[in-house]
Amino acid sequence: MCRLFAFTSTEPRSPMIAIDALDVMREGHDGSGVGLFLRDLGGPFENLKDVPILSGIFTEKGLKRLDTYLMKIGFMTKYKISIRVPKKAPKGIPNRDFYIIKAYEYPKDWEDKSLREIEDKLMNIRLRLRKMGEKEQDMIVFSFWPDVIMIKELGDPKTVGEYLDIARDELKARVVMAQGRQNTNYAINLYACHPFFIQGFSTMTNGENTAFIPIKDFLQSRDCKGYAGYQSDSEVFTHILHYTMLELGLGIEAYKHIITPLNNDLLENHPDSHFLKQIKISCRKLIIDGPNCVIGSLPDHSLFMVQDRKKLRPGVVGGKPGMFVFSSEMCGLDAVIPDRDKSKDFQPMHMDTVIVGPERQEVIVCQQTQKLPLPH
Amino acid sequence: MSTNTKIAPSTLSIKDLLWQIQWDKDKCTLCGKCCAVCPVNAIELGVFRKRIVETSLEPDKSSSNNFKVFHGIRQKTDPVFACIGCGMCSLVCPNDSIIPFKNEETDKVKFHINRDGQPKKRGGRRNSKGGLLDEIKFIRISMLTDPALDAGRHEFELKTLLGRVLSPEKTIEHLKNKGWIPPVREIYPLIIGGMSFGALSPNMWEGLQMGVAYLNEEMNMPVRICTGEGGCPPRLLRSRFLQYVILQIASGYFGWDEIIHAIPEMKVDPCAIEIKYGQGAKPGDGGLLMWNKVNKLIAAIRGVPQGISLPSPPTHQTQYSIEESVAKMIQSMCMAWGFRVPVYPKISGSSTALAVLNNLTRNQYASGLSIDGEDGGTGAAYNVSMDHMGYPIASNIRESYLNLAALGMQNEIPLFAGGGVGKNGNLAANAAALIMLGASGVQVGKYIMQAAAGCLGSESDRCNVCNIGLCPKGITSQDPRLYRRLNPEDVAQRVVDVFLSFDTELRKIVAPLGRSTSLPIGMSDALGISDYYAAEKLKIKYVV
Ligand code: SF4
Ligand code: SF4
Repeated sequence: MCRLFAFTSTEPRSPMIAIDALDVMREGHDGSGVGLFLRDLGGPFENLKDVPILSGIFTEKGLKRLDTYLMKIGFMTKYKISIRVPKKAPKGIPNRDFYIIKAYEYPKDWEDKSLREIEDKLMNIRLRLRKMGEKEQDMIVFSFWPDVIMIKELGDPKTVGEYLDIARDELKARVVMAQGRQNTNYAINLYACHPFFIQGFSTMTNGENTAFIPIKDFLQSRDCKGYAGYQSDSEVFTHILHYTMLELGLGIEAYKHIITPLNNDLLENHPDSHFLKQIKISCRKLIIDGPNCVIGSLPDHSLFMVQDRKKLRPGVVGGKPGMFVFSSEMCGLDAVIPDRDKSKDFQPMHMDTVIVGPERQEVIVCQQTQKLPLPH
Repeated sequence: MSTNTKIAPSTLSIKDLLWQIQWDKDKCTLCGKCCAVCPVNAIELGVFRKRIVETSLEPDKSSSNNFKVFHGIRQKTDPVFACIGCGMCSLVCPNDSIIPFKNEETDKVKFHINRDGQPKKRGGRRNSKGGLLDEIKFIRISMLTDPALDAGRHEFELKTLLGRVLSPEKTIEHLKNKGWIPPVREIYPLIIGGMSFGALSPNMWEGLQMGVAYLNEEMNMPVRICTGEGGCPPRLLRSRFLQYVILQIASGYFGWDEIIHAIPEMKVDPCAIEIKYGQGAKPGDGGLLMWNKVNKLIAAIRGVPQGISLPSPPTHQTQYSIEESVAKMIQSMCMAWGFRVPVYPKISGSSTALAVLNNLTRNQYASGLSIDGEDGGTGAAYNVSMDHMGYPIASNIRESYLNLAALGMQNEIPLFAGGGVGKNGNLAANAAALIMLGASGVQVGKYIMQAAAGCLGSESDRCNVCNIGLCPKGITSQDPRLYRRLNPEDVAQRVVDVFLSFDTELRKIVAPLGRSTSLPIGMSDALGISDYYAAEKLKIKYVV
């Protein structure tokens, strides 16, 4: 079972905090890989909130192809972080040419485009680059989105963190999600590493998703090009979130109703009974079957955690105003915020959605039996 | 037979018969029960001659022959009276002195059951054992990374949906704008398929209905039963139990006068309406209730005179352009119940199933599609239709599901699979395999008859005289002397037993696969088969 750790903080902090916390939970992952998702960035990106940032790994040739491709569309590099790594990577980490984190100026002719159009275009470019890279094996693209950086690499999280100098000031962020992999595949594809990302939504999960195939079939039959990839059965959690919020226009409180709907008795007495019954019927193919703990980040900078219907995975949320931590294990939380009021720690159960909003002042627990804020 | 008797082409000997009676003279008490019970008069009291050689011990006297007669059971060899292997004689024999055996040779009777140019008709099922469904294994067992669930302890949600499901996008839109949301029923995925009042005896029907009512009201299992084409008893139409019933309309429209007239008096809506266009056992052929079974009660419910054969035409006679009229018929049935009741067609498995499905996807009132495969059963049909026509259910369901998935509608038109589910006794395994291939649920008829009422029929041409009203178990007979053999309460209890044990077995299949929160429809990654070509066709794993 992989280990998950995330924090949300009013002050930008180093993602190394998360990597250290994964190291504390070392027993739960096998050091086969790490994934990082950074949002609400600090450092040099503080003033670059609106422009897309590309994160990925490139060979020399790949980088040239990337530049040519983006330049042709009209993207101009605005800022970039150079991650210079020693010639020889430590044991367990492959040698790469370039880790790229680059912010771009939008093409001129995008100015009059609607937000949705821009979002779709950014996604399509990311998918296109991924395809180009898969063909020539020269680029791996994790995200292309404003105010978001993603880094994934094989190897032990701590070693990778030190090797890439994740602790550098430039990478400080207010929302950080990190996963330490427990490998279940022999050959690891970086696209199979959590967290997953699509148009501003990101999630990471532990556990297997036994309902993967029908869910994947359903998503792929939707009209969204981004519902693709699926090197990992957990990628569907991100896409269901995207589908729930962006395509269906529902709030995060509805996510749980989609993936693990209430049983009929509880639905019958729910204040939104009629609405939820219809949702349960029409979104039946998106029901997950656990065992999973899902931690995710939303475009409004909220961080959330939900569990499967039977709550078969551990997960705890705790902290203090200004900084909250979501962790697979208590020891991860203890390592990062030892001086919190532990009596307020919360382990979400099978009907809870736990959210820490962009203000980072409190943990909001939303029970599935509560009334929903519904679209009008 | 003496040598000077005329030997006609259809004169057969016991050696030629498919079922041969073995009778034990030493054990027989000549009670006559076997001959009385035999549904086809295949055996009769026989007089046999025997010779006893009496050797004298006195040298001067010669030995002599003594001829005696004795009585016993004789099997008739006229094809009309050929034994059907039902085994009722064995069942009633107090001394176990009689039993039918199957001839290993090709059945010679088959060549002669067409007197007056009338081909063989019978009831039952396709005479073909085996089947692909039994070969499918469930291979995706959750192990270390996602521990399997506990079939006995965890909460399982194994219900399915019957009705047109709107896409999530449309649901939200219709909820916002107060648009029409089609009726959808949440039901148990094992449905008792259409067996008509008329084909079945009143006791059998009553037993099934009681069992279904008990499952719903006492066991909290939303089990549904389809009427088949033959109407519905008036009291049931006006009772709350109608909600457990799927009313079937087929090309003969039998019983629909009564149903339509009862609509204003219905306390509850029926579960759904099934429009039968085809039946797996006799694809492209209409329904048939032979005159032997049309008694006063049946005639009244169906609205026809007594004692006449009731064939339903192969197609709905009102249909001119099929697509258009199917659409119209579905819409009219929807309208009859104020758009509150799901309406779906049932077709026989066919290589043209996809065309039907494509039509349904464009019809907003179509609430599902039931496909009945080649192994389906029937009360009466031509032998040739039963044995040689039809399409296997597994690949038909799979193709249909994948077709819907390609259109993005796999969630919207539920598919129900029937025809040979559990034909070798593996009901839960067959049903689960079909569900994982893409069916939302399965329909069973014969299995229920066998398990709940002790039907003797089998795929090796045993019994299968359901068409002529002589069912030795009283299941498909309208003769009170026969159907009183069947106690409705016993049938009801067996129905409950069947569903409860099915439910446990289904959990025992899905729990190790790590599934419990929803029925694993289309979970094809769980399936494997050791037949390479079948794996390719069904798009499941090839495992050896
Ligand atoms: S097996 Fe059935 S048909 Fe044959 S003799 Fe016995 S009772 Fe008659
Ligand atoms: S027992 Fe009755 S229902 Fe079963 S095959 Fe024989 S006649 Fe048909």
